[in-house]
Amino acid sequence: MSAARLSARGLACSRGLARLFRDVSFEVGAGEWLALRGANGSGKTTLLRCVAGLTRVDAGEVFWDGESTRADSGAFRANLLYAGHLPGIKDDLSAEENLQGSLALRGVAVSTKAIEGALAEVGLAKRRRLPARRLSAGQRRRIGLARLALDPAAFWALDEPLTALDDEGQRLFGRLLERHLAAGGLALMATHHDLAPAPARVMRIGE
Amino acid sequence: MNVAAAPMGASPHPGSFAAGFAWSFSRDLKLSVRHPGETMLVIAFFVLVASLFPLGVGAEPQLLQRIGPGVIWVCALLAAFLSLPGMFASDYADGSLEQMTLSPLPMPGWASGKIAAHWVATGLPLTVLSPLLGLQYGLTADTLLALACALAIGTPVLSLLGAACTALALGARGGGMLLALLALPLFVPVLVFGAGAAEAQASGLSAAPHLSILGAGLILAVMGLPPAVCAAVRIAMD
Repeated sequence: MSAARLSARGLACSRGLARLFRDVSFEVGAGEWLALRGANGSGKTTLLRCVAGLTRVDAGEVFWDGESTRADSGAFRANLLYAGHLPGIKDDLSAEENLQGSLALRGVAVSTKAIEGALAEVGLAKRRRLPARRLSAGQRRRIGLARLALDPAAFWALDEPLTALDDEGQRLFGRLLERHLAAGGLALMATHHDLAPAPARVMRIGE
Repeated sequence: MNVAAAPMGASPHPGSFAAGFAWSFSRDLKLSVRHPGETMLVIAFFVLVASLFPLGVGAEPQLLQRIGPGVIWVCALLAAFLSLPGMFASDYADGSLEQMTLSPLPMPGWASGKIAAHWVATGLPLTVLSPLLGLQYGLTADTLLALACALAIGTPVLSLLGAACTALALGARGGGMLLALLALPLFVPVLVFGAGAAEAQASGLSAAPHLSILGAGLILAVMGLPPAVCAAVRIAMD
C-alpha cells in the first residue's frame, strides 16, 4: 500500500446561525495520529463527522491520498473506520454477531476464529455469545475495540474512544493504536485523555 | 497480543448492490426473528381489528360481503403503518445507520434490503392471513384470491412508500404524527386499487385491471423510491 495520507483544506461548518469552525486545515500521514481538542460544544464531533462525510461542510475539502473524498469516496470509504458517540451495536445480537455484521458491512472478510481471538483479546471471550443488552457500557465499548483490532481500515476517525473504558481497557486501546500506527495506519481522534502513543500534533478548534 | 495484526489498508473495492442488499436483508430478518414482538404485534392488530368489524356491524351476510374487502384492506394498511417506525428508528438511535451510511457497500443496496426485509416481516404475513380473515366476511373463493393477490402486490408498495416517509421523519420531534401525515395520504391510491380489485371480483367483474394498475405502481415504486429513501437518510445524517 502506498503511504496513506489524509488532508483537509479550509473546512468550515455552521449549525443554524452558530458558526462552529472555519478555515480548518490539517494533514495526517501514515503512522501518525492527530488529536482534536476543544471545549465542549466547540465542534469536535461535527468536524469528525465532516471528515468522515456524514455532515456536509459549508466550505473546504477533504483529500485521501491526494484525491478529494467528495468526488470518489470509494477508496476513502474502504479505508475509513468511524466510531462516534453511538456504538452501532444491536442489543439483540451477541458480541460475535455484532462484529460479524459490522465487518461484513465494511466489506471485510474475517474468519470466525479471528473474531474469537479478537474478543478474547478485549476480555469478552466468555461473554461473546451473550446478547449485547446484557453487557455493561464498558464491555460494549470493548466490542468496538475488537472491531478496531479486526478491521484493516487505514484511517480511524474516533470520537472520545476512551469513554466508559477502565484503566486496563484504556491501555488496551493504546496498544491497538500503537499497532495500527506501526502498520502504517493513521488516525484523527477527539479525546481529552493523554494517550500512550503521543499524537503527532494537537489541533485545537473553536478558539 | 494473541491476534496477528490485520494487514493494513483495505483494497478499494466499491462493493456491489447485491452485497449490500444481502447484508441488510439477512441482518434485519435475523433481528426480527430474535425480537419477534414487533411482527407479532402487527399481525395481532390486523387479526383483531379485522375480526371486530363483523361483531360490530352485525352478522348480515350481504353487508359483510359488501364491506369485507375494503375493511380488510384498511386493516392491513393500518397494520403496515404501525410497523413503519421500526424500519429505521432503532438503527438511527444506536448508530448503526451512521455505520451503514459510511460503509463501502452502496446505499441503494442496503436500503432496498431493509425494505425487502420489512415486507417479509410484515406485508407477507398480512397477505397470507388475509384469506382467513376474509372467510369471516363470507367472501367467495374468487374474491379471496383477488384480495390476496392485491395485497401481495400492494403491501410491497406500502413498505416502499413507508420507508421513504419514515426516513424523512427520522430525527424529527413528534415523528409519529409527522409520519401519519406523510404516509397515510400516499397510501390512498394503493387502498383504492387494492380494495377495488377484490370488490370488482365480488361483483362479477375481472380484478385484472386493478391488479395491473397496482403492478404498475409497484414497478414505479421499486424504481423510484429507493433513491428517495437514500436521499432522506443522508439528510437525517447531516
